[in-house]
Amino acid sequence: MAVSDHERTDPAADRIATLDVAAPGVPIAARPRSGRSEFAYFALRNWKFDLGLGVVLVCVAAALVGPLLTDHEPLAFTGPTDQPPSSEYWFGTTSFGQDVFTQFVYGLRAALVVGIVGGGIAWLLGAVVGFTAGYRGGWVDDVLNMLTNVVLVIPTIALLIIVAAYVDVHSYATEAVLIGLTSWPWAARAVRAQTFSLKTREFVDVARLSGRGTRQIIATELAPNMSSYLLMMFILLFGGAILIGASLDFLGLGPSESISLGLMMNNAFLSSALILGMWWWFVPPGVGIIAIVGGLYVMNVGLDEVFNPKLRER
Amino acid sequence: MLEVDTCCKEYRVGAFGSGALLAVRDVSFDVQPGEVVSLIGESGSGKSTIGRMILRLARVTRGTITFDGVDIARLQGRRLKEYYGDVQGVFQDPFSSYNPIFKADRVFTMLRSEYFSGLSTSEWDAKLGKALDAVSLDPGAVLGKYPHQLSGGQLQRLLVARALLLDIRLLVADEIISMLDASTRIDVLNLLGDLKSRGLGILFITHDLSLGHYISDTTMILRRGRVVERGPTQVVFGNPLHPYTRTLLTSVPKLHQRWGDLDDGHVRRAGGEPLAEGPLVEVEDGHFVASLAPEAGT
Amino acid sequence: MLRVDGLSVYYQSLRGDVKAVDGASFEIADGEIMGLAGESGCGKSTLGKSLVRMDARMRYVGGSVELDGRELPIWDDAKMNAFRFKEVSIIPQYALSALNPTRKIGQMAEELLSSRDVHLDRVLPELRRRLDLVGLSESVLGRFPIELSGGMKQRVVMVLSSLLDPSLLIADEVTSALDVSTQRAVSELLVEFRDRGFVKSMIVITHDLSVLYQIADTILVMYAGKLAEKAASDTIVDAPAHPYTRMLLSSLPEVGVRFAEKRLSGIPGRPPSLLDPPGGCRFRARCPLAFDRCGEEPPFDEVAPVHSAACWKAAA
Repeated sequence: MAVSDHERTDPAADRIATLDVAAPGVPIAARPRSGRSEFAYFALRNWKFDLGLGVVLVCVAAALVGPLLTDHEPLAFTGPTDQPPSSEYWFGTTSFGQDVFTQFVYGLRAALVVGIVGGGIAWLLGAVVGFTAGYRGGWVDDVLNMLTNVVLVIPTIALLIIVAAYVDVHSYATEAVLIGLTSWPWAARAVRAQTFSLKTREFVDVARLSGRGTRQIIATELAPNMSSYLLMMFILLFGGAILIGASLDFLGLGPSESISLGLMMNNAFLSSALILGMWWWFVPPGVGIIAIVGGLYVMNVGLDEVFNPKLRER
Repeated sequence: MLEVDTCCKEYRVGAFGSGALLAVRDVSFDVQPGEVVSLIGESGSGKSTIGRMILRLARVTRGTITFDGVDIARLQGRRLKEYYGDVQGVFQDPFSSYNPIFKADRVFTMLRSEYFSGLSTSEWDAKLGKALDAVSLDPGAVLGKYPHQLSGGQLQRLLVARALLLDIRLLVADEIISMLDASTRIDVLNLLGDLKSRGLGILFITHDLSLGHYISDTTMILRRGRVVERGPTQVVFGNPLHPYTRTLLTSVPKLHQRWGDLDDGHVRRAGGEPLAEGPLVEVEDGHFVASLAPEAGT
Repeated sequence: MLRVDGLSVYYQSLRGDVKAVDGASFEIADGEIMGLAGESGCGKSTLGKSLVRMDARMRYVGGSVELDGRELPIWDDAKMNAFRFKEVSIIPQYALSALNPTRKIGQMAEELLSSRDVHLDRVLPELRRRLDLVGLSESVLGRFPIELSGGMKQRVVMVLSSLLDPSLLIADEVTSALDVSTQRAVSELLVEFRDRGFVKSMIVITHDLSVLYQIADTILVMYAGKLAEKAASDTIVDAPAHPYTRMLLSSLPEVGVRFAEKRLSGIPGRPPSLLDPPGGCRFRARCPLAFDRCGEEPPFDEVAPVHSAACWKAAA
């Protein structure tokens, strides 16, 4: 229920809220951003955001620059087998004589591709379905809900096994598309819930009374109000897609013609690297996955604090 | 001008939508140009629902609403937009009516891009200035600000100015001043009175009888979705016939009479058990009261 | 009886102190219902709450509060525990949502009482009697808040807040969210509580002067953190001395007044910011009677027997 002038708990305290919002003191999530600088100011002062962002940027840098630093091909049998890290093979070699470092940096690239493409597709689908279901309600909502629930329940692994049997998954982009097409339901649910609550606000009615159509209202009224939410959702989907991709690769369900971190771990496992003590083979990809995904999640926690002042430590 | 004919609004409730909640039942009335009609009812009376149906924000389940003889349920696209050029609404919570992340004038620029895209900047500024002047707002004080930087009274007036920009003929004012302080309420109310004398028809929805009495020509008392009494304001207030109306009038706290003095021996029903409401019967010229006989059928 | 002397309570904010209540002094006799009126931001809610519990944002700055001859240690939350609910009680502003939706009413009552070392069984007969008085059956104790209507919830909270017969009961905007007929019923109940001796004195906080006229013996009007006027209800309504009270009253439409016949007017301008309030009388900027002396803050003094006002022109 809306609160009237009279019913505000502490009118004086409310003045505080109003005053502070106008000052560079305590921004509120829905506070008008009078410039990107303000968001950046608070984001960069949050150590979790900084830490997460830092880790992710290091990984991105490694993915971009790494392949330039090595002469080898990831899958080529270039050197002696089972070598620990040395000055020539920085991360050592596999039991097939492949350079682990090269595999690692190419694997990072693959991970980022899967993350962006898979996460991006899931984000787009989730947003479209969520907004439409939330705003239109009625039978549209019922139908989309059913669709969401069905896709939610489908086990990705089983689906991908079946798909892999019929479609030769040649590239990570294809894998990413498949991941994207199956991981959007929770995003749709979240967006739908937010849309439901925003839809009842009177400014949506005012927009309707101004002759604005559904799509316009979603794009210009609702989405901007949820921008922090949508950003965080993307980051989570990004990380999630990488994780799913790595899991699939580890199970051998991903493309076998190129290399990824998950595939590296799969190979290491199949070659009994653990038992043989070849730590240089499975530790880098493991650390790589943890670093990217963990970094993204920590960044997200930090962002949550930035957008929601109540969570901030004083 | 506006005619509401036997309107009903039904909501589906319960598991799988098996139940039905009749929020508005068989409501009929009209609004003439320059007439202020107040819709008085307590919470749950369906008054806001009626307002929303007139504004095409909610669908009518049964019955028709016509504007200048045209059934508004049939309006789509461009014709709906034209309708909004004649009929606008202002709502209860000024702070909820503005998107908090944008400046308050966005409500104007939205209109400009939809209705006045052809105007030059100076023409637009002049038009905006005139509308702001009509609501006694200083452009320098209110333009370019965010909603949280303005007061409730200013925000409500901005919304009225927005409606005036379109040169509307009917304004649906849904509890527009109940969230304002006493000292600003009367100013917004007076503004409505001035607009009425310029020919604007107003549907004034409120729970506050004194406000309705101050400003309206015709009064309708709503109870649980039904009209129980309707007529010229002074007649309804001066000679209330329906028990519910009389309960309301004796419960309103006044400033110079105590409650005990007002009780005219009329028995107030605690909790308000439903009284069987029949169709409206014209008791005297223009004064309609719902008969207490149980309705035939239903 | 309550005696408040020079009470000042500020809110801490990043930009400084918001002087929500600044130097309030007044008295309430036994058996008196005092209405505390004013518009939003005037400090009435803060004043009421500070007598019971200061929440984390409120800061006690000075002044004393004496209830029945004993000083209330309002600056010390722990010490106030002994007084809360037994001597001083409050029906909070959001009473309707103060009820925990996952707890039955009876459970909540039990928890509330045991926190004051009172066993529910001991007061159950009285509780039943009072529920009956307000028109609720005992079965309400076994229900969840969601099953009750707004008016019923309000009455439940009223009964629970006054169950231990506090000397002073503070009702904070208890009628604002109610329908007109329920409003009357609840307001009359408040008076009945006093008449039956459940509470000795009461402070009823609301913006609605007409409700106060109906049930309060005296009315205290606040403006921008300061006391403006205090007098018997009849005096306030018929012969107010402070310009703010006068203008406020004349801006209220009553059934009987129509726009076409008599155009009421409001008070132009807005209340001053409480972060940095102007010196002198805080109503000065909006007052039609302001003159030079208003630059010096007028004291809240008696202008007639049992009638105080803070205005240089009031005594005249």
